[in-house]
Amino acid sequence: MLAFLQDYTIQTVAMGAALLGTISGVLGCFAVLRRQSLLGDTLSHAALPGICLGFLWAGARELEALLAGAFLTGAAAALLVLLIAARSRLKTDAALGIALSVFFAIGVVLLTRIQAGGGGGQAGLSTFLFGQAAAMLRADLWVMAAVTAVAILIVVLLWKEVKLVTFDPGFATAAGLPVVALEIALTVMIALAIVVGLQLVGVVLMTAMIVAPPVAARQWTRRLETMVLLSAGFGVAAGVTGAMISATARGLSTGPVIVLAISAIVLVSLLIAPGRGLIWTGLAALAERRRLRGRQVLLTLYRLAEEHRDPAYPAEKGTLDAYHRAATGPALARLEAEGLVRSVSHHPEPTPHWELTPEGHARAEDLAGRPERAK
Amino acid sequence: MADDAALHEPDLALHVEDLTVSYHGAPVLWDIDLDIPQGVMAAIVGPNGAGKSTLIKSVLGLVRPIAGHVRLFGLPYRNARRRVGYVPQRSSVDWDFPTTALDVVTMGLYGRLGWFRRPGRREREAAMAALGEVGMQDYADRQISQLSGGQQQRVFIARALVQDADLYFLDEPMAGVDATTERAIVAILRRLRDRGRTVVVVHHDLQTVRSYFDWLVLLNVRIVAQGPVAETYTAANLRQTYGGQIALLEPGDPVPGARPAEPAPTDPRHLETMPRP
Repeated sequence: MLAFLQDYTIQTVAMGAALLGTISGVLGCFAVLRRQSLLGDTLSHAALPGICLGFLWAGARELEALLAGAFLTGAAAALLVLLIAARSRLKTDAALGIALSVFFAIGVVLLTRIQAGGGGGQAGLSTFLFGQAAAMLRADLWVMAAVTAVAILIVVLLWKEVKLVTFDPGFATAAGLPVVALEIALTVMIALAIVVGLQLVGVVLMTAMIVAPPVAARQWTRRLETMVLLSAGFGVAAGVTGAMISATARGLSTGPVIVLAISAIVLVSLLIAPGRGLIWTGLAALAERRRLRGRQVLLTLYRLAEEHRDPAYPAEKGTLDAYHRAATGPALARLEAEGLVRSVSHHPEPTPHWELTPEGHARAEDLAGRPERAK
Repeated sequence: MADDAALHEPDLALHVEDLTVSYHGAPVLWDIDLDIPQGVMAAIVGPNGAGKSTLIKSVLGLVRPIAGHVRLFGLPYRNARRRVGYVPQRSSVDWDFPTTALDVVTMGLYGRLGWFRRPGRREREAAMAALGEVGMQDYADRQISQLSGGQQQRVFIARALVQDADLYFLDEPMAGVDATTERAIVAILRRLRDRGRTVVVVHHDLQTVRSYFDWLVLLNVRIVAQGPVAETYTAANLRQTYGGQIALLEPGDPVPGARPAEPAPTDPRHLETMPRP
């Protein structure tokens, strides 16, 4: 195990995945909150033609040229999206879809053209589709670390500006903030994050690294600060876990395993997060149903008691079941636990009977007086 | 521009001249000349699509006009920004954003805090005081998604109050709030006006214009009429503003399916918005 952790390649890949998780987790929060989840998808797909152009320009698989190309075409796609959204009647989602398909199509055409052309070194290009972690070098880590540090520094320094632009861009503009410049800065940083992750995860799955960590983090917190930190943490956890899993098993590609790891975190968060998780809201709905049923049964007992002019009128359980067309046993048991009703025997009938306690009578009177009272 | 520094109509809270805004070739606002004096509570009223929100947004620099100029206390907006408070439409933001009511109110101070500076205790105290003014101090730490529509609107108004402005623009603050909140909002705005501030409200409810406001701007792409409510709120002006979308119900004026208005034949309070026949 120790030997495994000391493996040079595995160390490199794990550190790269952690850096990618950090930058995409932090920047993804703002993309998701600005309802631009698809921006990452468009930018990463638009990186493909840039990679091919970088290859053609350099004449070989030189990483710097490929990533510079990826960044440039990604930025061009982002610009196209802004232009379409501002100058036409199309909404941003349609503009994102158009830019994605056009740029990715050009990328695939260029890719197949290069591959058909033959020659050495071109075979490596298609690894950018799904990423190839093993190709990462230590030197690449420094580039990733520098980009991540710059992005985090900008977010920390411009925290309140970025927050206001994300929450309410109209108010931010009126307050005198340079909203367009801040939005461009956020978009450029997301493009950088994507370029950083291309080697590891590839253009097709890169969007998951932007969208998934914030979505999972949003489930657990009510504060933007915590959301950003959690999102980065989830990104790192998924990146390192994915890198480790793919290193221990043969034939598991790192990028997709990382994406599966973050997807698992999202799934768990959607299910069990307190307050927002599906299980939580399901339980809350169940508790609400039970509360209502308890109130209804209590009121039925109260009305029966009124009808018979006897505050402690013992009602037969069968009567209650028939009135509610359901078994009232569980509701009665819960009311009994609250001390609002008690079980009594009503000689000579052998069946169970229930009557209101004085507290139950008072509560029912209260409910009957204000039946739709707010909680 | 050289003449930006020179005051132009400094006695008016808002002065708009020749303002034209178009969207995809169609004019949304056309040749708007508008003056609002200081210390009034003004309503901007008009049918859907009249450009009411666009008018506010172009005054605040959120929409770029193709012609005309705007002056606030004699200055262009960017020089008068500190004196202006803004309450956007409540539906313009995502209320599931992870933040608290107090934090949203504090955002009203971001503009004057300057770059890199964090809001501190003084900013939080100012925000708490503003929340108190709208009766929301008990909800300071509440997640904004857990607030009702009326409470969210109050938070938005508190964010504008904390700006401590001389001129406030509110975009449909009474939309989708209950009657209690509406009364509370009107009371807050009246207090502002009574302190000498100017309040400009995009309003959608003709019924309440006369009881809430003292200045009225009737808008339908062009300015139809403007001035003190008592002089401006006339049947002729309203009919001209709402055009075919409104029917003036008068006795002996049969409208299918509608009951003729009974009292005061020319009382414009009995204007009802009606679908076109």
